[in-house]
Amino acid sequence: MGNWVVNHGLSALILVVWMGINIFIFVYFYLFYDLGPQFFYTRHLLGPALAWARAPAAVLNFNCLLILLPVCRNLLSFIRGSCACFRRSMRKQLDKNLSFHKLVAYMIGLMTAVHTIAHLLNLEWLNNSRQGDYDNLSTELSEIGDHSNETFLNPIRSPSMTPSYVAFTTIAGITGVIITLSLILIITSSMEVIRRSYYEVFWYTHHLFIIFFAGLVFHGAGRIVRSQTKDSMYEHNVTYCKDRPLDWGKIQECPMPQFAGGAPGTWMWVLGPMVLYVFERILRLYRSLQKVILRKTVIHPSNVLELQMQKKNFSMEVGQYVFLNCPSISQLEWHPFTMTSAPEEDFFSVHIRSMGDWTRDLISKVKWILKGEKGEFHAHGEIAVDGPFGTASEDVFDYEVSMLVGCGIGVTPFASILKSIWYKFKESNQKLRTKKIYFYWLCRETHAFEWFADLLHSLEGEMEERGMLNFLSYKLFLTGWDHSHAAHVMVHFDKDTDVVTGLKQKTHYGRPNWEKEFEDIRNAHPTSTVGVFLCGPQALGKTLESCCARYSDVDPRKARFYFNKENF
Amino acid sequence: MGQIEWAMWANEQALAAGLILLTGGVVGVAGQFKDWQFAAYGVAAGVFICLLEYPRGKRKKGTSIERTGQRYLTVCVKAFGPLTRNYYVRAGLHAVLSVPGGFMLPTVLGCVCVAIASLIYLLAAIRGEQWEPIMPRVESKERPGQSMKEPPSNPPPRPPAELRRKRQEDAAYVNPIPISVNSV
Repeated sequence: MGNWVVNHGLSALILVVWMGINIFIFVYFYLFYDLGPQFFYTRHLLGPALAWARAPAAVLNFNCLLILLPVCRNLLSFIRGSCACFRRSMRKQLDKNLSFHKLVAYMIGLMTAVHTIAHLLNLEWLNNSRQGDYDNLSTELSEIGDHSNETFLNPIRSPSMTPSYVAFTTIAGITGVIITLSLILIITSSMEVIRRSYYEVFWYTHHLFIIFFAGLVFHGAGRIVRSQTKDSMYEHNVTYCKDRPLDWGKIQECPMPQFAGGAPGTWMWVLGPMVLYVFERILRLYRSLQKVILRKTVIHPSNVLELQMQKKNFSMEVGQYVFLNCPSISQLEWHPFTMTSAPEEDFFSVHIRSMGDWTRDLISKVKWILKGEKGEFHAHGEIAVDGPFGTASEDVFDYEVSMLVGCGIGVTPFASILKSIWYKFKESNQKLRTKKIYFYWLCRETHAFEWFADLLHSLEGEMEERGMLNFLSYKLFLTGWDHSHAAHVMVHFDKDTDVVTGLKQKTHYGRPNWEKEFEDIRNAHPTSTVGVFLCGPQALGKTLESCCARYSDVDPRKARFYFNKENF
Repeated sequence: MGQIEWAMWANEQALAAGLILLTGGVVGVAGQFKDWQFAAYGVAAGVFICLLEYPRGKRKKGTSIERTGQRYLTVCVKAFGPLTRNYYVRAGLHAVLSVPGGFMLPTVLGCVCVAIASLIYLLAAIRGEQWEPIMPRVESKERPGQSMKEPPSNPPPRPPAELRRKRQEDAAYVNPIPISVNSV
């Protein structure tokens, strides 16, 4: 339970607060429009659909305010940096920004649907009222505004209009259709299938949000939602006059009621975040124009490109990522990469695998340069960097014993962590409380990660020099082995180093038996607090979490396991 | 954007458009709007488009992820052969289906969305894409090697019993301080 609160508590709280605010706004505005006396005549024409349209509109205002905030990553970095209190939880929270952005987007989609359906009903009923299909009161109300000195209630001013005509000739109608269309296109191109495979479609279509916000601000400019003015309510007694619509203007108790439209309010909600977002983009542009020095480029086996870079005033922490942009390949695309260097080094590096158009082009470009063939790749100014972003995984240094589990591509942040731990150990950095690290590397095949094996190899060498081979113990698990692998291993069983990786510790095949691992670690460190860190699939996270719960002792003097759900 | 299969996005857009057309039609019919006949059409067309677009096609590159339970519809869609395989036909079909939606306000949004899906399908067709069904994979039975017919009859070779016993303190007393950190 404690584990859950630490890992999820703040998320759950924020969700509850957000949902609570949404519900409150919905109910408040629903009642405002459904019970407010100034809307009595409006409600006569529209029924409950008035409130059903206005309440989601208010919720939409709130959520359109929120949706721009989680994607201001530079702003969030700044907040995270200056958040001395709340430390760990607050920083983890700010990294769930994309999940929150999506949640708010779903709410916007849902509320848009409710709002649009209610307005469809409204327009139809307003039109019917204007054509005299309903009772006398409705007809009378709709006719107000035909003569001078009258302010209209029914925005449909002529009986010969159709709802479609009204929709496309009023500001609210046109902007409504355009922004709903933009929203639909944004949503369909943001589906996971499209986002993961065709990032460019997602990214470029997403910029329709500019049209969305522009239309949203002007959506209410037509002041089409009408209510009775205060003065009019004073003079014109609704309770008495509602039954005598034909006498209005003729008897003293019932002068013609006067109406006015509600002022547009959305701009008050969204103007602030829009300005913040503009700053964010300007800041990204500014940071991207800062010179990046390409210190070294290395092509590792299996087509992995390592870029070592330097940038003024760039300071990173372990486990963070940067966005890279290469204008000669694509002006507008920025792609995220986890950094593989330690903060103690005087450069920062990323390892790039060929995974799509952009990475493929980048790697082939670098290869051409290194071979001396065509193409230019000046040492400066070819790559732009934005960042660093992401949670600093500093918790890793706080535990006496750490269990680090990296799966496949998830091993990348651990390069940074392991290097940093080793540097801190060499310098006897006080921040490092770690005495022992167990590193588990799970992958299907080591092809794309030979560079990581090299890193382990060099760490192994250094530890051996200092007689500290026991500081780091790692196990590599190849989950995609076949009979030829097994045969190869059997033949070379007696060799000192592993045949696959060349490392001193042998490769294991298949998946680890976590029960045994936890048992062994608990026996080796019966009184320590062990931190467990995972960068890999959720299913494995659940397994590890349950093992942590099972092998932790209630007694705080004995071995306890803490599962850290970091969002690498 | 070289590797984009436009049909994937067209499919998402068309499915969403079908739902929107359907919803607009339902509103028009349930609200008893004038011109409700167009709304009724919207319901029928919306359902048809959703059924047609629900099964995802197979991607040329990469893994294709099925939608839940799409297998049954895949069979139906596949049965129409070139009519559903060819994206020119689909583009034309969507273009034609969208038109009646434009005559009434609740279905106009559905009309525009279906029209956009039609345009993206046209683009996909020009790029030479086709709809291929995602068929279930046939699992081949793994046969164990010929030599493995029976469980082993002898225990594995082991060193004599004395060497097998580990050096260990008496089990009743556990040293609270670790003596040494053993390499695992």
